Amino acid sequence: MLWLLLFLVTAIHAELCHPDAENAFKVRLSIRTALGDKAYVWDTDEEYLFRAMVAFSMRKVPNRETTEISHVLLCNVTQRVSFWFVVTDPSKNHTLPAAEVQSAIRMNRNRINSAFFLDDHTLEFLKIPSTLAPPPDASVPVWIIVFGVIFCIVVVAIALLVLSGIRQRRRNNKGPLGVEDAEDKCENIITIENGIPCDPLDTKGGLINDGFLTEDERLTPL
Amino acid sequence: MRLAIKRRASSGQRPGPDGERAWDMEKARPQWGNPLQFVFACISYAVGLGNVWRFPYLCQMYGGGSFLVPYVIMLIVEGMPLLYLELAVGQRMRQGSIGAWRTISPYLSGVGVASVVVSFFLSMYYNVINAWGFWYLFHSFQDPLPWSVCPLNGNRTGYDEECEKASSTQYFWYRKTLNISPSIQENGGVQWEPALCLTLAWLVVYLCILRGTESTGKVVYFTASMPYCVLIIYLVRGLTLHGATNGLMYMFTPKMEQLANPKAWINAATQIFFSLGLGFGSLIAFASYNEPSNNCQKHAIIVSIINSSTSIFASIVTFSIYGFKATFNYENCLNKVILLLTNSFDLEDGFLTANNLEEVKDYLASTYPSKYSDVFPHIRNCSLESELNTAVQGTGLAFIVYTEAIKNMEVSQLWSVLYFFMLLMLGMGSMLGNTAAILTPLTDSKVISSYLPKEAISGLVCLINCAIGMVFTMEAGNYWFDIFNDYAATLSLLLIVLVETIAVCYVYGLKRFESDLQAMTGRSLNWYWKAMWAFVSPVLIISLFVFYLSDYILTGTLQYQAWDATQGQLVTKDYPPHALAVIGLLVASSTMCIPLVALGTFIRNRLKRGGSSPVA
Repeated sequence: MLWLLLFLVTAIHAELCHPDAENAFKVRLSIRTALGDKAYVWDTDEEYLFRAMVAFSMRKVPNRETTEISHVLLCNVTQRVSFWFVVTDPSKNHTLPAAEVQSAIRMNRNRINSAFFLDDHTLEFLKIPSTLAPPPDASVPVWIIVFGVIFCIVVVAIALLVLSGIRQRRRNNKGPLGVEDAEDKCENIITIENGIPCDPLDTKGGLINDGFLTEDERLTPL
Repeated sequence: MRLAIKRRASSGQRPGPDGERAWDMEKARPQWGNPLQFVFACISYAVGLGNVWRFPYLCQMYGGGSFLVPYVIMLIVEGMPLLYLELAVGQRMRQGSIGAWRTISPYLSGVGVASVVVSFFLSMYYNVINAWGFWYLFHSFQDPLPWSVCPLNGNRTGYDEECEKASSTQYFWYRKTLNISPSIQENGGVQWEPALCLTLAWLVVYLCILRGTESTGKVVYFTASMPYCVLIIYLVRGLTLHGATNGLMYMFTPKMEQLANPKAWINAATQIFFSLGLGFGSLIAFASYNEPSNNCQKHAIIVSIINSSTSIFASIVTFSIYGFKATFNYENCLNKVILLLTNSFDLEDGFLTANNLEEVKDYLASTYPSKYSDVFPHIRNCSLESELNTAVQGTGLAFIVYTEAIKNMEVSQLWSVLYFFMLLMLGMGSMLGNTAAILTPLTDSKVISSYLPKEAISGLVCLINCAIGMVFTMEAGNYWFDIFNDYAATLSLLLIVLVETIAVCYVYGLKRFESDLQAMTGRSLNWYWKAMWAFVSPVLIISLFVFYLSDYILTGTLQYQAWDATQGQLVTKDYPPHALAVIGLLVASSTMCIPLVALGTFIRNRLKRGGSSPVA
């Protein structure tokens, strides 16, 4: 009798959960890719944890709060590691609709991933698209801030240069040139115009301009 | 802030260009603070974006290490002589391009006008590259870099479709930066983000040229040396990247058969020619601020050697980055194949590696033939060669390929900031030369400089250029940019430099120029320069000119690459008639200056002399 019961259970199990069954989903794990040396072995205990996580997710769905771990059936576990799973109703006669399972998994994807130290790429539910995290959105785009800073610096620098140029030109037009030349120490090479140094001409106070002949010398003496 | 005007004693009489003895009344022409500023200015101008994004491409296309042979030969035969000629003309005539050529011969002032027109076109579109550089620089301060991830689609289940088909770096360039339209006819409106960046770029240029050589002389210390610092940092980083040696070996393995390809020689000549920036009038402008006794021969040799070495240096960096990117993509491709096989055949995770891939594939093909034949069409043939073969040049290299490599490095924000800062330095350095070429003739002209101060003239030029440059920020702007990039300067420059060489050697007279140089610098002219100027360089330029013309004529209709958003790749389209008209106008407006001004001067002289009989 017991043997018949066991046979019946496995038969029903096989009917409900097989590859491409109705409302069944394929799961694929890439543990070694994700964890490298710290990869754990996939055994029946890990399968139990998986079934527990799926049952937990289903309990969050309204009207399914009574889902038990035994309602989640796994089958066709391969070396990959990949397997199929279905969630049955309490009577264990038929499986829950795929849409409910899908929404439950999507809601709790994060919890399921972190239970296995995996992420959306290494723990894949085929046919259940994962909701991608939106990029962090700053209220003001960062580039405008940097742009504003540099723009202000450049504008201020231009204004300073232009104003100092205007001021210098005004000073050049008003003030005597002698003041300028006296300050121009090191690089002042004497300007020679017509063979006569200009510097003496620039200072105030007046000097005799040797460029002009005096009255006496113009006329040849008799 | 004092103007460092050096007043030099007029050493008595100096023979003027037309042989009359004239008192040389020194108006205080601004000068470089020291000769080093001049050299740095020339280096900063000549070393530009072309060294980084054109030379590596040519090297790759024409035989790797063996391309260096035609390159060096052209440098010695064409680059150095022409550079020396321009510097000598500028230093001798001590005026901008228009004044200098008018002094050589009044009929030839059209050459100067043509130079200014070409420089004007160049500065219009060149600063848009700096605007893009600023855009990418500002976006480098984010984590993750915006071009490393695709944005999500509407219901957040996947990535944006255009981004999936292309790559995230291409998407960021074509969609986020340019917002490019499918063809040149669809203009779209001015995008405010690139427009802001363009305004900033012009403000920075204005800041640098505001005070003339005084400010430019200080800025070029920075713009000339900064790119080398960044290139060295990138060299060290690049050589330590995984897979860099693949790229370097690929590039430097010489393919000697390419030496027989005439295109290699033509492209080497063209690259030397355009890389040195001859014919724009910038070199004449820079040299005009020199002291007359400056040894411009030495400086010409130094600048041309530094320019070429920078090209080679930059290509080492570029190829190590290429190697890294190609290896990365190759390994990605392999991983995808491994994943596909692992999933299809439910093999143990981690069992398939790159090493046993081939054997396992054979094993699977024999054991599960039907299943394998289902999967087979999806298995891509990953090849490192084909990844390395994707040669890119221009904005595609700078903004797509490099950013793709950068996003895979650690601390990618730092590398990105460094890289775009270097691009900006290179671009700004070249812009300073371009604007100097436009401003020097304007400030030399008595008419304009009597009405407006120097700052106002510079401001006006920047404003006009910025306003016209807004065309390139429209949705179809990048297509117009390509038009300007390909056609505004190429033919015109060849003609200008040809006329320049002939003018100096045959119109002004080589002997006369030689004696001028000897009087000016105190050194005699080597026979090598004379031979090059008189015979070799004009012949070279004429052959380049003929080649370009025949190339344009033979290809028939001109085409361009348009971005197709639905396919996520570039497609080739024909230029519409109005674009062809613009191209014709670009080329004509600069080349026609030479004969038109010559004709105008001739007519004016006849009118002055004849008086009564009007020349038709």
